Amino acid sequence: MDGSDAPALGDAPTLSAADAALVDELLDGSHRALARVITKIENRTPGYRAIVSALHEHTGGADVVGITGSPGAGKSTLVDKLAADYRDRGDTVGVIAVDPSSPYTGGAVLGDRIRMGSNVGDMDVFFRSMSARGQLGGLSTATADAVKALDAFGKDVVILETVGAGQNEVDVVRTADTVAVLVQPGSGDDVQTLKAGILEIGDVFVVNKADMDGAQRTVAELEEMVHRREGGTTGRDAGHHGAASMASTGADGSGSGHRDAGHAGGSESGETGDAAGVADADDADDDESWTPEVLETVANTGEGVAALIETFDAHAAYLRESGEIAATERRRYAEEIRTLVRADVGALATDEIERRGGIDRLAERVRDRETDPYAVAEAIVGPIADCVEETGDRARDE
Amino acid sequence: MSAEQQERAVRCLVAKVGLDGHDRGAHVIARAFRDAGFEVVYSGLHRAPDDIVQAAVQEDVDVLGISILSGAHNTLVPKVIEGLKEYDAFDDTLVLVGGIIPDEDEADLKELGVAEVFGPGTPMEETIEFIRNNVPERA
Repeated sequence: MDGSDAPALGDAPTLSAADAALVDELLDGSHRALARVITKIENRTPGYRAIVSALHEHTGGADVVGITGSPGAGKSTLVDKLAADYRDRGDTVGVIAVDPSSPYTGGAVLGDRIRMGSNVGDMDVFFRSMSARGQLGGLSTATADAVKALDAFGKDVVILETVGAGQNEVDVVRTADTVAVLVQPGSGDDVQTLKAGILEIGDVFVVNKADMDGAQRTVAELEEMVHRREGGTTGRDAGHHGAASMASTGADGSGSGHRDAGHAGGSESGETGDAAGVADADDADDDESWTPEVLETVANTGEGVAALIETFDAHAAYLRESGEIAATERRRYAEEIRTLVRADVGALATDEIERRGGIDRLAERVRDRETDPYAVAEAIVGPIADCVEETGDRARDE
Repeated sequence: MSAEQQERAVRCLVAKVGLDGHDRGAHVIARAFRDAGFEVVYSGLHRAPDDIVQAAVQEDVDVLGISILSGAHNTLVPKVIEGLKEYDAFDDTLVLVGGIIPDEDEADLKELGVAEVFGPGTPMEETIEFIRNNVPERA
């Protein structure tokens, strides 16, 4: 990263010879190489970034499905059956299953593999367990990179499975094209808790263990909730379309929505805004936004799994045909870039703190009332900011 | 970006092979490994050697601990080790066997490439210490 080419997009990090060989082996279909690359991604082994960079151009071929839900909802069992069904129709499958790790020891028991009974011995199902390793915000980067490795390897479908318990997990599953939220029957409270954060990300809702009592009620509750969400969406859509049909009026929000249509949609405008924008661009004036479906499955017996796969396919087709896939991908890459930049700048700041005697010493000085937190932060970030401005100026001058 | 922190964790597969339904020991070991800060994948019961190889390769584990109480170790362990070699995974996987292994078989297993055999009553710390000291270095 020398200053002279700062405004350009820059070159990919350089691969070491050994890593280049590893990438070639992965692209040639070596399971060992694929497993090793994912390990490097997980461990953040020096050089892993160059590997992921090199893989990027080979990605884009896989349908990525995210599966989330509360513990015990049957995610692993369903993933097993999904993988088996995909295999039956000839697709190759990759699975990344995320399990929490102990914040105290860092240890973890990664138990999802036990449920993969339908696919043992089938090397065309590549199943990999990952632990959260307590990395702040880094988990979604690591899983997204692992998905890229499976995609570049040539998997037709990649399934990303995680407990829908917190923001970290939600971030993980958001990196998928299609998100399924699993709910167990008879858990009215469960549906209530889904409101916060998870309801918004579901493209498909699955009531698993649908042979249990209360399944119908849970389906009804979910449908009502999806409907309510749709109601809200339609309201916004109507406003948008209404304004759009007046074409050149470009009144307030809708005008910018139009300009966004060709470019990266403002991330804040969210899915519906982008969908509507792109639909406008394709002059499809009817409301073609995706309505989340509520499905029933019994993962144990495989009941409903075929219908679920059909729905996943339908959603993938919707994303492609509506043009929404471009907006989804832009949003995802934008988020990746932001996360990486934030992490790297944070790392620079951490180094600077070390150079100034370490965080403990700084904290002690604040405690002694010698200085205060704002002053310390200013002192640390100031030189970095100067540096950025300087190279920015130089770049502009050239 | 040299500043990024590496996060290396020891990954283990605790495996039950063959027709042997006794997994209390495997569970206890898995939990002890977890508490030692390892990432543990448990295979589940009644796995074929091929399944174990598949799991060990895909999960890219540093340590493969095979628990056998059925007496079939002379048949099953060689198959697992052969499979690992087939996938080029044997050299950097530490293979351990735990369970009921007669003394006269221990030497044969080690000859095959098993790093250590842990019999009944082995203190948990001893196994964990052994792993810490012998986990293969990887590039």
